[in-house]
Amino acid sequence: MEETALLLARAQFAFTVSFHFIFPAFSIGLASYLAVLEGLWLATGKPVFIHLFRYWLKIFAIAFAMGVVSGIVMSYQFGTNWSVFSDRAGPIIGPLMAYEVLTAFFLEAGFLGVMLFGMEKVGKKLHFAATLMVALGTFISAFWILSVNSWMHTPTGWALNDQGQFVPAAGWWTIIFNPSFPYRLMHTVTAAYLTTALVVGGVGAWHLLSGRKTVPEVRVMFSMAMWMAALVAPLQIVLGDRHGLNTLEHQPAKVMAMEGHYDDYPDGAPLILLGQPLPSQERTAVLLQIPKLSSLILEHDLNAPVRGLKSIPPEDRPPAAIIFWSFRIMVGLGFLMFGLGLWSLLARLRGRLYDWSWLHRLALVMGPAGFVAVIAGWVTTEVGRQPWVIYGLLRTRDAVSPIAAPAVGGSLIAFVIVYFSVFAAGTYYIVRLMARPPQAGESAEPDAPIRTAGITPAPGLRRDGEGG
Amino acid sequence: MYLTIIWAFLIAFAVAAYVVMDGFDLGIGILFPFFRVGKERDAAMNTIAPVWDGNETWLVLGGGGLLAAFPLAYAIILPALYAPLTAMLLGLVFRGVAFEFRWRDERHRQLWDAGFCAGSLVATVAQGITLGALIQGIDVNGRAYGGGWWDWLTLFSLLTAASLVIGYALLGAAWLVWKTEGEVHRDARRLATRLLPALLAAIGLVSLATPFVEPQYYQRWFEWPGLLVTVPMPVLVLAAAALARHGLRRGHDAGPFLWSLALFGLTLAGLAISIWPDVIPGRVTIWQAAAPRESQIFMLVGAAVLIPVILAYTAWSYWVFRGKVGEHGYH
Repeated sequence: MEETALLLARAQFAFTVSFHFIFPAFSIGLASYLAVLEGLWLATGKPVFIHLFRYWLKIFAIAFAMGVVSGIVMSYQFGTNWSVFSDRAGPIIGPLMAYEVLTAFFLEAGFLGVMLFGMEKVGKKLHFAATLMVALGTFISAFWILSVNSWMHTPTGWALNDQGQFVPAAGWWTIIFNPSFPYRLMHTVTAAYLTTALVVGGVGAWHLLSGRKTVPEVRVMFSMAMWMAALVAPLQIVLGDRHGLNTLEHQPAKVMAMEGHYDDYPDGAPLILLGQPLPSQERTAVLLQIPKLSSLILEHDLNAPVRGLKSIPPEDRPPAAIIFWSFRIMVGLGFLMFGLGLWSLLARLRGRLYDWSWLHRLALVMGPAGFVAVIAGWVTTEVGRQPWVIYGLLRTRDAVSPIAAPAVGGSLIAFVIVYFSVFAAGTYYIVRLMARPPQAGESAEPDAPIRTAGITPAPGLRRDGEGG
Repeated sequence: MYLTIIWAFLIAFAVAAYVVMDGFDLGIGILFPFFRVGKERDAAMNTIAPVWDGNETWLVLGGGGLLAAFPLAYAIILPALYAPLTAMLLGLVFRGVAFEFRWRDERHRQLWDAGFCAGSLVATVAQGITLGALIQGIDVNGRAYGGGWWDWLTLFSLLTAASLVIGYALLGAAWLVWKTEGEVHRDARRLATRLLPALLAAIGLVSLATPFVEPQYYQRWFEWPGLLVTVPMPVLVLAAAALARHGLRRGHDAGPFLWSLALFGLTLAGLAISIWPDVIPGRVTIWQAAAPRESQIFMLVGAAVLIPVILAYTAWSYWVFRGKVGEHGYH
């Protein structure tokens, strides 16, 4: 029964955090994109930028609301379901999360109202400042929560007190900037920007394919998104490689599972491209592999020895089959994004960026790819942390709340039903807004919503919304 | 020593700020069915649309702050209230997304309005139950919750839940009296006039029941120096209620809301005096649950700088959206 309760608690956390992660992965990038659009509008005065700003702001509002409500759940779930973890790690992770609330959540929430409804009330410049604050808030939020998460992967600067709690022992700098944090922060925030770029590119491609090639808003959004893909996708591959090397240093078992290596390879390990890890047999059934390439990637030396999962006690091994595949999904999509960026550069060179249909089709298909890659990467790193909740120090099974399986099962079912219905509706509304082209509704009265001096989002948006 | 006391006050402040700020917008959700579909509901919603997210952030600070400053309390209280807290979180999901969704989907607006109301009601009931369960006592076993899964469900916790629903509804109605005009203003005033005596009755019932659910409170209240607070408290509550009623009768805008807030402030102060210096009444003191000194100091530096800044820009945001929201948006 206790095993079941543990499994259900893990399933519930995985479910709620994965769902939650989708929204910030989008809103971090989108908030910055909105700030860039508004900044360009203020700098150039070109209406195309404010039209695009308004267009994406409506989508941002929905995504942000879903991020907020799914995020509140997370802040309580540490206590409801992982109370031993909360008690024991609270003195270290609690302050970092409190800083997230104080420096990020309030900043976002405090300026969101002005950003959404306040253009008329405060004027262009203050409004732009509010947009910047929201964008900054999303980044600061990522900073703190990824610091917490990284500490769980690479705990530093702690000591145990008499109550068995992990307490700070070497200054907060050591805790906050723990060894995996800089890599994880760069890789994750870049992933958020790339995810947003792909969404914007996908929407632009959709409208280009729908015969709106002459609409300036459509051209600008597609072009901006393709620049991001071309510049950021290769950068992300480099950052991912650095993050992976950092993981190899601190969590070698995770990398062994990612690679599907069970045996030791004293003189060069192959890169298994396709296969299936078989944990019960302690081997990976290999379909396709390239000799020595894994050693080259991991150690930058074809003949470097690489160790396998058999060198780790079975009870300390992460579940290789999940990690092996989630890692391949992430990397595969990353290279597809890279390819999309390259293709867009070629199209630019040949002057066909706005009328190369096959490029637009790929961009459209790749629109949601960022979300898939982000979740796959998240699964890789978090499942790869198992069986530990604090790596090497506290096992997940020892961190769970004393709550019986029926209670956890009941709440899990409730979360699944509510999340799928509510967030499916929200996603539907977002997709519906995306399917509608940026249009005259956004430009008719740049500064004045439909109602007299109204701040209400409702009427103006409704009218626009019905247009699609 | 002092740090722990400071943190107890800061967490109490966050909880109070949450009740004060999110109370009225949960209350508007609770009262939503009483407003006519269309302009009235739109106006009610628009009074809180720019600020609800910031208001709810105080709940995150209350929870996150408890984890940071009193991790043991967080680790005991949250599992003890597993079902009501889960219900609260799900309720907040529905009411949070309704702010956006109802404008996006005219055909299903009734559905999201229902979700807004039900979500607000469920969240409020869950918070009221949490309050009642905390007052009546939580079983502790070592460093973990030691009770059963339905311990939170008692007549007393249902009473506190009903009281909080009435209280938030009063705050919501009084807020609308302040922020709206026309029909919705008149409806809100009528509702507030009825809710005020109901809240007084609820406060009276909870106050009468409290000393009997846990002997600790009886001693606190009816022995020196507790009597210093116990005796004037009913007088102050009645005075605040009378002033709120006066404001409603005379058609004042802000008065009813501010005096309703004063009522809440008094009940919160009464609660604080009853449980101090425990964080889990009768079981765990703030000293036992406190995070180590290094954690307290690190956070205090941030809180000392950031909370005033937060209050400043929150006030600015309210200032930007000041004035009445007519049926056609802000004027």
